[in-house]
Amino acid sequence: MEQGFTTAAYVVAAVLFILALGGLSGQESAKRAVWYGIVGMALAVVSSLVGPGAGNWGLSVALIAGGGAIGLIVARRVQMTAMPQLVAAMHSLVGLAAVFIGYNAESEMVRIAHLQAAGDGPALAALTGFAARVAAKTSAEIGVLQVEVFLGVFIGAVTFTGSVVAFGKLAGRIDGKPRQLPGGHLLNAAAAAAAAVLLLLYLQGAGPWTLILMSFLAFFVGYHLIMGIGGADMPVVVSMLNSYSGWAAAAIGFSLSNDLLIVTGALVGSSGAILSYIMCKAMNRSFVSVILGGFGGASGPAMAIEGEQVAIDAESVAALLNDAESVIIVPGYGMAVAQAQGAVSDLTRKLRARGKTVRFGIHPVAGRLPGHMNVLLAEAKVPYDIVLEMDEINDDFPTTDVAIVIGSNDIVNPAAQEDPNSPIAGMPVLEVWKARHVIVSKRGQGTGYSGIENPLFFKENTRMFYGDAKKSLDLLMPLVD
Amino acid sequence: MRIGAPREIIPGEARVALTPESAAQLVRLGHSCLVEAGAGAASGITDAAYRAAGVEVVADAAALWQGAEVVVKVRPPEPAEIARLRAGQTLIAFFMPAQNPALLEQARATGATVIAMDMVPRISRAQKMDALSSMANLAGYRAVIEAANSFGRFFTGQVTAAGKIPPAKVLVVGAGVAGLAAIGAAVSLGAVTHAFDVRPEVAEQIESMGAAFVYLDFAPAQDGAATGGYAAPQSEEFRQAQLAKFRELAPDMDIVITTALIPGRPAPRLWTADMVAAMKPGSVIVDLAAERGGNCELTRPDQRIVTDNGVVVIGYTDFPSRMAAQASSLYASNIRHMLADLTPGKDGAVVQDMEDDVIRGATVAHAGAITFPPPPPKVKAIAAVKPREKPKELAPAERRALELAAFRAQTRNQFGLLAIGGGLVLLAGLFAPASFMSHFIVFVLAVFIGFQVIWNVSHALHTPLMAITNAISSIIIVGALMQIGPGSFLVILLAALAVFMAGINIVGGFMVTRRMLAMFQKS
Repeated sequence: MEQGFTTAAYVVAAVLFILALGGLSGQESAKRAVWYGIVGMALAVVSSLVGPGAGNWGLSVALIAGGGAIGLIVARRVQMTAMPQLVAAMHSLVGLAAVFIGYNAESEMVRIAHLQAAGDGPALAALTGFAARVAAKTSAEIGVLQVEVFLGVFIGAVTFTGSVVAFGKLAGRIDGKPRQLPGGHLLNAAAAAAAAVLLLLYLQGAGPWTLILMSFLAFFVGYHLIMGIGGADMPVVVSMLNSYSGWAAAAIGFSLSNDLLIVTGALVGSSGAILSYIMCKAMNRSFVSVILGGFGGASGPAMAIEGEQVAIDAESVAALLNDAESVIIVPGYGMAVAQAQGAVSDLTRKLRARGKTVRFGIHPVAGRLPGHMNVLLAEAKVPYDIVLEMDEINDDFPTTDVAIVIGSNDIVNPAAQEDPNSPIAGMPVLEVWKARHVIVSKRGQGTGYSGIENPLFFKENTRMFYGDAKKSLDLLMPLVD
Repeated sequence: MRIGAPREIIPGEARVALTPESAAQLVRLGHSCLVEAGAGAASGITDAAYRAAGVEVVADAAALWQGAEVVVKVRPPEPAEIARLRAGQTLIAFFMPAQNPALLEQARATGATVIAMDMVPRISRAQKMDALSSMANLAGYRAVIEAANSFGRFFTGQVTAAGKIPPAKVLVVGAGVAGLAAIGAAVSLGAVTHAFDVRPEVAEQIESMGAAFVYLDFAPAQDGAATGGYAAPQSEEFRQAQLAKFRELAPDMDIVITTALIPGRPAPRLWTADMVAAMKPGSVIVDLAAERGGNCELTRPDQRIVTDNGVVVIGYTDFPSRMAAQASSLYASNIRHMLADLTPGKDGAVVQDMEDDVIRGATVAHAGAITFPPPPPKVKAIAAVKPREKPKELAPAERRALELAAFRAQTRNQFGLLAIGGGLVLLAGLFAPASFMSHFIVFVLAVFIGFQVIWNVSHALHTPLMAITNAISSIIIVGALMQIGPGSFLVILLAALAVFMAGINIVGGFMVTRRMLAMFQKS
């Protein structure tokens, strides 16, 4: 088919992708928007298959069908709590695909350079598609193309190993603590500098080995960078990798002179960048400090905490809930770990049936993925219109009878507001302590990810409901009438 | 340890310091319990109920004092009871050591340890054993009930077919625990409730209970935090201003409940005879400070009197005892918490830790020495009130100037960024080949659209956003498909792998997004 038709299909696909992302502004329109995305993708794939330069039809269709079958099975089977690791795993595939395509582009360039050097006119004339375009390029254009390929491979490689490590951490196969080789970020910097040197060599025509060596350096950077970042920073990491996978696609789009790849890659890249920005802002930390890993040292002695943690049993919690008019539930990663979202939903339904106002307050970085809690609650059939963002609900705590904190810690830490020396000072938090009663469901007396003591647990209106979140809620359920 | 509760010997005292519920908790701490026969009768607890809870019931007081290592009771011990106290024994009860120096000396001489429940310091940790608060809570509630009993009218206002009934007006003086409880009870009966306190910081608490704070315009307000949250004596000028306010309110009020007490002093005289005279016939005054002489001049402790102008003045001192069942269960629970702190090992061994703020503060006699008054506690009761800075009200002109400045700064920022960005693009255009620039324009515009679109994505849908961007980033498959056609084996192999992986991603990403979005349901 003609190039014109393919381009037209690309334009339609790009518009559909934009509509798919734009549709995510609301829960209802999102259900429609996902179809835009599917149609756009189908259009893009089909038009590429029939477009100029394509071949091996049968192989392509078989591979897509095979891969699609695996994707389908995974998507059907995955647990909603395992969503973060699934997303990370899928990022790694895009990264690796970008590396392979980059290699191929290089190999085409080498082949054509040989043909040109040999002055093989008929063979050059017989080239089609990508190869034909490469052959037509001037030397300056080839230089740009080389930079594009190099960048595409670099970003793709970093995305690949970074995502694999993120997957391991999120799935609990790798220890979630920040861990680095001796030398820390200097190693990363050195690897990046070496990659820059290799880029210069590559542009001088040193050959494909520079590209391959560089990809190993990039693999190392991706691995080492993410190993140095702790579990609770994963929302930033995952959205950052999401962004990278987009930029990798865009870079490959440049090298292949394919506008659809550029547009889509740019959309995904900017989406991931915005998500990372939102997550960082929610933690009051700069992007750099998250990447550099760990919390900065405290700038002074932490405020002394007075009081004691007062435990409470299920019966008293039930009594509080039975008396309450309005309840706000603040879930965190602990809820996901305990798989307690179903129990939370049952409790919510029971309380709402009694005419009580029950709402959820979600901190932007609750969980291990942006929006993680929303998905878990949606899975448990909690209606989304009672699940509110931090800014929407923070003013309502003073008029709330009971706030229930389930498996979250740092995001409800009053030290962020009260103690200027706290490592999380200035981080926006859910002001649960302003509610009349606060019930904290928590496994034990330990501190949160940041390792800082939470004065909330010592407040006079706070009661600690110790135990596994799901078991505690199951215990509580029959007592609530 | 054996913990024993004797029957209270003061006539009319209906409370008891041990209930079957608290006994069950004490057993868990490793103690065993005994009780004098009939001790709980006035609180509605039979001996059989005690036995059922595993409490040993002994015949008389002598046997109990003999058998118990820790004696828990409500009222301060009578001399006859002190005489039964022996060295090594512990007595936990209300004691009022400041008012009863002779009793304290007598207790010291026995060599026993005396823990006064009324001396528990007012710190957060000790709230669970603060018997004064739990009794005051009951007293405040009961004061309203007693007032309602003597008040011949409704509390709540109504409009009936037979005419309009105005709501009763209640004034609560002193918003401590008792005062707040009284406010709560009066408000829930429907009365229009006013409350006064010398500590301005409690205005918020008063208003939170639904009463109006009677505001006294008098400059040097005291900081209640310095005195452990209790009121302190006032200057004469303040007193006069306060009395003038009450005089103004008196004719209007139907019910006055006074709860003003200053620790270790006689009750302040706040409701004078002329205020009583100014009140309407049928009005009721309940004086919760009667035991310390009363806030009202006409109060007679333990009596209900009617003045010449028909105002009822109630000076009972046994409000908690009038609600014996509730009072006993609360007091027994306070005692139980005290014993829990005294038994840190939960092994039935009482440890008199004189380094502990709470135990030290409450212990008035120990090992043959008087340990009263205690040193000030190491932890301050209530954090000092920080002076709050009021946000400055800006004049409209100032605000406009600020807004204008902010707008200008924003404009400057935007212009700056545009200039730098534009400059960079132009610079790139100078050197880069034209074919690159045409793609570059597409790229920049796409990034721009991406930023505009993604900002509108709802926070709740961030996970589906990641899944769908993941799926569409597999558009990279298009690149692989372009390469899979002609070329060497290696190229085809790598391209095939890329197609395969992108295939997983496309279907997986879209399916999982769909699955997630389908879960979001409206209520």
